[in-house]
Amino acid sequence: MSEALDKRTSPAPRPRGKLNVPKVTLAHGGGGKAMRDLVDDVFVRAFDNPLLATLEDQARFRLADLSAQGDRLAMTTDSYVVDPLFFPGGDIGKLAVCGTVNDLAVGGAVPLYLSCSVIIEEGIEVETLRRIARSMAEAAAEANVMIVTGDTKVVHHGQCDKIFINTSGVGVIREGIDLGAGNARPGDIVLVNGVLGDHGATILKSRGDLALDAAIESDCAPLGDLISTLLAAAPGTRFIRDATRGGVASVLNEIAIASDAGIEIDETATPIREEVKGVCEILGLDPMYLANEGKIVCIVPEDQSANALAALRAHPYGREACAIGRVTGQRRGRVVMNTVLGGKRIVDMLVGEQLPRIC
Amino acid sequence: MKYVDEFRDPAKARALIGEINVQVARIETCKSRPLAIMEVCGGHTHAIFKYGIEQMLPDAVELVHGPGCPVCVLPMGRVDDCVALAETPGVIFTTFGDAMRVPGSKKSLMQAKADGADIRMVYSPLDALAIARSNPDKEVIFFGLGFETTMPSTALTILQAEAEGIRNFSLFCNHITIIPTMEAICSSPDLKLDGFLGPGHVSMVIGEAPYRFIAERYKRPLVISGFEPLDVLHSIAMVLKQIAEGRAEIENQYSRIVPKNGNEQAQAAISRVFELREFFEWRGLGSIDHSGVRIRDAYAHYDAERKFAVPALKIADPAACQCGDVLKGLLKPQDCKVFGRACTPETPLGALMVSSEGACAAYYQYGDLDREPVGEDA
Repeated sequence: MSEALDKRTSPAPRPRGKLNVPKVTLAHGGGGKAMRDLVDDVFVRAFDNPLLATLEDQARFRLADLSAQGDRLAMTTDSYVVDPLFFPGGDIGKLAVCGTVNDLAVGGAVPLYLSCSVIIEEGIEVETLRRIARSMAEAAAEANVMIVTGDTKVVHHGQCDKIFINTSGVGVIREGIDLGAGNARPGDIVLVNGVLGDHGATILKSRGDLALDAAIESDCAPLGDLISTLLAAAPGTRFIRDATRGGVASVLNEIAIASDAGIEIDETATPIREEVKGVCEILGLDPMYLANEGKIVCIVPEDQSANALAALRAHPYGREACAIGRVTGQRRGRVVMNTVLGGKRIVDMLVGEQLPRIC
Repeated sequence: MKYVDEFRDPAKARALIGEINVQVARIETCKSRPLAIMEVCGGHTHAIFKYGIEQMLPDAVELVHGPGCPVCVLPMGRVDDCVALAETPGVIFTTFGDAMRVPGSKKSLMQAKADGADIRMVYSPLDALAIARSNPDKEVIFFGLGFETTMPSTALTILQAEAEGIRNFSLFCNHITIIPTMEAICSSPDLKLDGFLGPGHVSMVIGEAPYRFIAERYKRPLVISGFEPLDVLHSIAMVLKQIAEGRAEIENQYSRIVPKNGNEQAQAAISRVFELREFFEWRGLGSIDHSGVRIRDAYAHYDAERKFAVPALKIADPAACQCGDVLKGLLKPQDCKVFGRACTPETPLGALMVSSEGACAAYYQYGDLDREPVGEDA
């Protein structure tokens, strides 16, 4: 977007471009009127906010406004390439906003501003882009963030898969909050804010090549508000991480290594939907490694864990929150699961992608 | 989960451990050495590690993880053949997912895919046939892999292709059969096994009879076992009971799934399409007579080995690998010289490290709780 926008020097508002074709072609990446029409009609229209509307090459913020909210800036970036673009419970646009918002929020930051960069494959339906842009706008409104700058590129057929989105985000960290993977201490409690693996199972199901029929939706959600609530209720919280790719198992391993502590989790306490268990059972996958897009792992001191749990459960995105385990001084650097049967096993980092077993 | 949770009940598990302890106390041998029971099937290995069954057993019972993981016993030369087929222009190569990472002498299918080969993961041979149907200008090859468990579905897919007259579909057949391999293990002069857990899904197809020689000739008990943790514990207790009573018989713990005579329709489909090969090469175990099948002449036009040029070179396993000894139960995975060092799930040397059903990958992933973490900094 900005490449089109930065040519504009006149402060007077110009009439917005309008797209009158059903599909995107390479002309929409050419830097001319067609590109301006695409940017205006699809993205600027959906994201409409005063910072974007100036249409400068960069978004500008008043430092005083930022420093009133905290003492450190947080910045993050993520790219979204999900296939299929639309799935039960969300789409690539919602994901691109929630994912980056959550990456800010888990650091204790209040998410404020996002960028949106899209790489579009020629031939995509304009209506598909509109749906994605509207979905991004809705998610941004819910998360209370503004999409303030962006860019579009159109590439030849086959050079990307329909649409790739990159969003970067800026937020402000309130004074006194210092979360880190290395902060876990023996005795701390491990909390999650609800059932695990819904997003990963939904995407597997939605690819359609499994002929599986299960009523599962992605848990994709912006968690800034939930995390603020948690931090207010349990200010001693050590660490929060969203359990996206690699699932809860990968996050727990990172904590165990960074904190040089052991983590023990109870299989019976780990909340997983029956439908997700079923999908995993059929495909030979482990739900502990399935991606989530609206779930966090929190490490809280034991004396604040009851407050933390109550605060999570009082929030719409934490109703099924529960404690799944504890940090220990044993088997440092390892995550151990007490199995449903009464045995123990190591929950290791995943190597590569989970591949289904054949028999 | 309905019909599954019942087989994971901790109270029942404790009761079965109690039963196992009772049997162990009756067995004289247990006073001098642990009894070694081999679970033949990779599905059992996976369940044993996933539920932490090994640590629940008394020291007098040792589980040995057998060769029943078809991905693990695939020799490197066959993987090279897969890569060569996949890289043939105009070919779509289809495979089950867990074969993707098995190392060939130069590359795995995963690497060949990254290099541009059109390799697609499927969940059933019928998916591969559907790809052939919708890509009439391409040659679609299905990488047929597995024991009698997956053989019927491959056979039926060939019959379906024939019925529809689909000619751009073929099978790279690597199906193997477990019985000759169990015989090879039993006849080995260094046999150190006291009993077997028999593979449940294979038995569902072949029935109980093919195992009789194990009881009759080698005097070892075998219990066909299901895959849930209580199935495995129950089967171990049944093997121990036989040993305690001085019996060596073929028993069926998995009777809710495995009929005495197996599935005769599935057997008919297999024998219509496949015939035994004279021998087949197993990774780590070498060549075993009559242990693999190939496509019969009547369906030769579906045989990728006859339709395409396949290098078919014999590639020796890496010298440092001790997969064979692990497969025979002579060596524990962690006692292999390269375990966790040169051979890890990220860079597997031996195939036992590749599949989640391979004994080494299972040990590495879930295994010894008090093993030092192995990694760059260890």
